[in-house]
Amino acid sequence: MHTIQLPAVPALVVTACGIIGCASMPSSSELDQQARAAIKASFRDQGIAKVDRLNQDLGQRACSGPTPPSPEVAQRIEADALAGIRWPESGRYLGDWREGEKLAQNGRGLTWTDTSAAPRDNGASCYNCHQIDKKEISFGTIGPSLWNYGKLRGVRDPGDAAAAPILQYTWGKLWNSKAYAACSNMPRFGHMQLLDEDQLRHLMALLLDPKSPVNQ
Amino acid sequence: MADPMRIRAQAQGDKAVVRVLMSHEMETGQRKDSAGKTIPAWFIQEVTASLNGSPVLTAQWGTAVSKNPFMQFTIRGAKAGDKVSVSWVDNRGDKRTDEATVA
Amino acid sequence: MRRGLLVRSGAWAMATLLAGAAAQAQKNTADGIAEYRKMLEDGNPADLFEAKGEALWKQKRGPKNASLESCDLGKGPGVVKGAFVELPRYFADTAKVQDLESRLVSCMQALQGFDGAAIAGTPFGRGEQDNVTALATYVAAASRGLRFSLPQGHPEERRLYEVGKRVFYFRGGPYDFSCASCHGEDGKRIRLQDLPNLTKNPGDGVGFAAWPAYRVSNGQMWGMQLRLNDCYRQQRFPYPGFGSEVTVALGVYMGVNAKGAESIAPAIKR
Repeated sequence: MHTIQLPAVPALVVTACGIIGCASMPSSSELDQQARAAIKASFRDQGIAKVDRLNQDLGQRACSGPTPPSPEVAQRIEADALAGIRWPESGRYLGDWREGEKLAQNGRGLTWTDTSAAPRDNGASCYNCHQIDKKEISFGTIGPSLWNYGKLRGVRDPGDAAAAPILQYTWGKLWNSKAYAACSNMPRFGHMQLLDEDQLRHLMALLLDPKSPVNQ
Repeated sequence: MADPMRIRAQAQGDKAVVRVLMSHEMETGQRKDSAGKTIPAWFIQEVTASLNGSPVLTAQWGTAVSKNPFMQFTIRGAKAGDKVSVSWVDNRGDKRTDEATVA
Repeated sequence: MRRGLLVRSGAWAMATLLAGAAAQAQKNTADGIAEYRKMLEDGNPADLFEAKGEALWKQKRGPKNASLESCDLGKGPGVVKGAFVELPRYFADTAKVQDLESRLVSCMQALQGFDGAAIAGTPFGRGEQDNVTALATYVAAASRGLRFSLPQGHPEERRLYEVGKRVFYFRGGPYDFSCASCHGEDGKRIRLQDLPNLTKNPGDGVGFAAWPAYRVSNGQMWGMQLRLNDCYRQQRFPYPGFGSEVTVALGVYMGVNAKGAESIAPAIKR
């Protein structure tokens, strides 16, 4: 008598499995966990760049994907960010635009080849992503152009009460960009202690001082 | 001995076009290392080329020539099968000679 | 009569010159950089590394005094041509997905007796790590002009694509950067450097299809491992281990997305 041997069922499943999304693939949340585990295991400390930099806060976690977070989560991120903004001492918003331009040009700071994490040793890297002074042709396009920033917003006298909302928005955006857009690509210069208040004031002047080349 | 050069020699009618890629750091003597010390100058000073043993080119180089230099020249009267030899000497006295056959 | 002719040809020459100058002024920065790269194509110092890599592939070395000529890069022992455009992929002997550089280190260990972990721990540009770069350049050159076609038939290959995608979008560090911060959209650039969108196929000879490459600005030969390493440095992340799962997963993600793109490696960069 001739018996027909059937292949074991698991083998059938495996051989039939030739497309993404078949039964042997882990679930999406399992893959999320595996990715996090891979990240944890793959990095090591180097110089001032330590592995604790991989600990994500709510905003970083929620914005780690091709699709944005739900409106509720986005609003919570923005509200938390706005609440955490530290406004400038004695209400002085503007510094020296010349120092601001130097900061905007400087892309150094906080990498593992930088020796200090102190804000005074960091640049603001603005030209990496933005056009600012038109004279500078080497500018990035990841962020919008900031040419004529103050002029376009009608800031003729920064001391005028009418200019206050713009000054506040700009300071807030520099301090914590996520206060206005939960998944903004822009670093949080104040909140993450990348720059100090004086440096932020210089950047404010670059953008808002009517005498700044940006507003000519 | 320094790393080998890459030499390609292509016959084109009654000439051969020779392309040479040399492996050399070509330090200008102006750069400083991370500790602030000047990196000493180290560069190719003389390049010579010959066809079947007879010199066809001599060049004097300085620090304006950059790292891993590329040189291209044409030899009149060269044909397929001829031997092209290229040599260099640097300011430390290191040298290198490589050969190629005209294709 | 002659003078008239001279004047006319002078005017014509002048007109051509002016037209030339106007055309120059209209040429944009991207075209200028492309022209500069074209001029450098002949005599790409990557050739030196390719030659060195070929010699290392064939040379008997290491404690076992053996060559790498029976190394299996995914298409069978010793098959070099076509291997580059199918990496990273799953290897049964190591039971994991490996990219070109980590696979070379596996072969250096298994066939030649080198200490793979020690090589992985050696900084780029030094010792055996330098040789890995040369070997990677040689292997990549053997696939020049071929189109990427990473296998996704093994569950591990598919899993690592999904892990790679999540790693690509992982935001962290003091700047909140992910790979997607720079490489997640079309038509962006950082300063004057165009950024390929790596969430999809960015085209022939771009992104994953352009490394290993010789960087003229620092005179260094960079494989994909060093390219990713420096990306993470600029993202203000900590240091990714050589051949670590994160780096291989990103290679799978980018390589699968680049399916059909023509490889120009080893290329030349500013």
